[in-house]
Amino acid sequence: MIVESSRTSASAYRIDRVGSGDYYLERIPKGHVVRLLDIEGNQAADTLFFDALIPSERYSVTDTIREQSNVYLTAGSVLRSTANKPLLTIVADTCGRHDTLGGACASESNTVRYDLEKRCMHSCRDSWMLAIAEKPEYGLTKADIGHNINFFMNVPITVEGGLTFEDGISAPGKYVELRAERDVLMLISNCPQLNNPCNGYNPTPIDVLMWEE
Amino acid sequence: MDNYVTKLDAGKHWSLKVRRGVQMTLTDLSGGSNVGMVFFNPENLYERYNAPDTLKAQHTFKLAQGNCLYSDMGRIFASITKDEVHRHDTVCGNTHASHIELMFGARNYQSDRNEWHQNGYDAFLVELEKYGLTANALPANINWFSSVVTDAEGNMILRTSAQTEGKRVTLRFEMDTLVILHTCPHPLDLSRSYPRGQVEISLELAEPVGDDDECLNLCPENQRGFMNNALYYLGAKE
Repeated sequence: MIVESSRTSASAYRIDRVGSGDYYLERIPKGHVVRLLDIEGNQAADTLFFDALIPSERYSVTDTIREQSNVYLTAGSVLRSTANKPLLTIVADTCGRHDTLGGACASESNTVRYDLEKRCMHSCRDSWMLAIAEKPEYGLTKADIGHNINFFMNVPITVEGGLTFEDGISAPGKYVELRAERDVLMLISNCPQLNNPCNGYNPTPIDVLMWEE
Repeated sequence: MDNYVTKLDAGKHWSLKVRRGVQMTLTDLSGGSNVGMVFFNPENLYERYNAPDTLKAQHTFKLAQGNCLYSDMGRIFASITKDEVHRHDTVCGNTHASHIELMFGARNYQSDRNEWHQNGYDAFLVELEKYGLTANALPANINWFSSVVTDAEGNMILRTSAQTEGKRVTLRFEMDTLVILHTCPHPLDLSRSYPRGQVEISLELAEPVGDDDECLNLCPENQRGFMNNALYYLGAKE
C-alpha cells in the first residue's frame, strides 16, 4: 500500500548516509520516526530490530506475518517481536512491498546459492558480526541475529508455493518510514551482494533520517 | 540400539540428539496433528536451522519431499526423503500462551494435569533451557503436517489438515543434530477444542546417500550443501 509521508528532510534531527557493504546500528526512542531512503533505487537494506532494554526480544518474521495474515510488509504492518509484541509500525511506504522471508546473504549461504569458492565475498551477516563485535555496549551476540526484513527487496511467493527473486520494485527516492512503539535498536546491513538482482547487481548507499514525533 | 519408536500426544515437547545417518519418521496417527521442530548443531549451538536460507536455496515457500533443511552455516541438518503430505509450513511460528487462551482457554495444570493447554512457544523454551539456550536462540521453526498457502496478494491460509491421518514424513539426518520438537497446535489452527491427537516418532538407521539421491539432486544448491557437509566431516570416521 502506497502511503506518502508529510515529513520533510529539513525537519529531520539527523540524517546518516550508509554506504553499501556498511552496517548501521542506532537506538530509536519510543515515538520517534525513522525513514530509510533508497537513494539510487533497487538497493536492499537488510534490517533487524531489537528491544533496546532486552535485546534478546527481537524482530520476529513468524509472529509479524502470522498476525497480519500476509507475507509482505507495507504501510500499516506492525513489526512484532519474538514475544509477539509490537516493536514498530510502518507508517509510510512509497515502495509498496518489502520482503521478510528471503533472509540475509551470508558467506556460508553464498557457498550454497552460488559457488563454494564465493565464501569470501562480503555479505550482510558478516556486516552484522562486525557490528556486534565493534559495539559491545549494545549487548548483542550471534544468537540475537535472527531473521530480517529486506526493505526495498522483491521476493514474490507464487500461488504454487515457489519463491522467486525478482528485480527490485524500488526506484530512486523511494522510502519506508517506521514509528518505534518502544525504545528499539535498529541494525541495518546495506547489502553488498553482487550475485543476485536484489540490488540490480549494483550496491548503492541509503540514507537514514529520524524525526522526534 | 539401532531403532526406537515412541508416541507423543498433542501438547507435548521433547528433545534429542540424532546422529548423522539416522532417519526419523513422523506419523500423524490421528490426523490434524502439528509437530513444531528446530535444529541445532550440538558441537556449536550458535549454528541453527535457518528457514530463509532453506527456502531461498531451493526457491520454495513450502517444505516437501526432496527438500533439504539448512543451517545458517550452509550445511544440511536433514533431508526430507519421504513425504506423504507434500506441503509443510516453516513461516508461521508458534502459538503463544495468549493464542491458546483465546482459542481453547488458558493453560492450567491444577485443573487439567498433563492434559493442560500447552503452547508451542513455551514448549520450545522449556527444551531450549536444557541445553543452556534461551529465547533468543529460537529461529523460525518447521510445522510438520501443517500446510499454509498464499494467494496472489500474499495472504496466508492454513489448509485444513484433517486429511493427514496416517500420513508420514521421513527426515534423514546428514549431520549430528540436536532436535527440539513439540506437538502443540499450529497457530492458525481452527479447531474448536484443544487437539487431542497423537504422533508416532520412529528412529532407525538410514540407507547411505546414493549418487542418484533425490534430495542431493533436487538442485545444484543441494549438491553444494552436501559438499559443505562432506567438508565438515572430512577425516571423520564413518
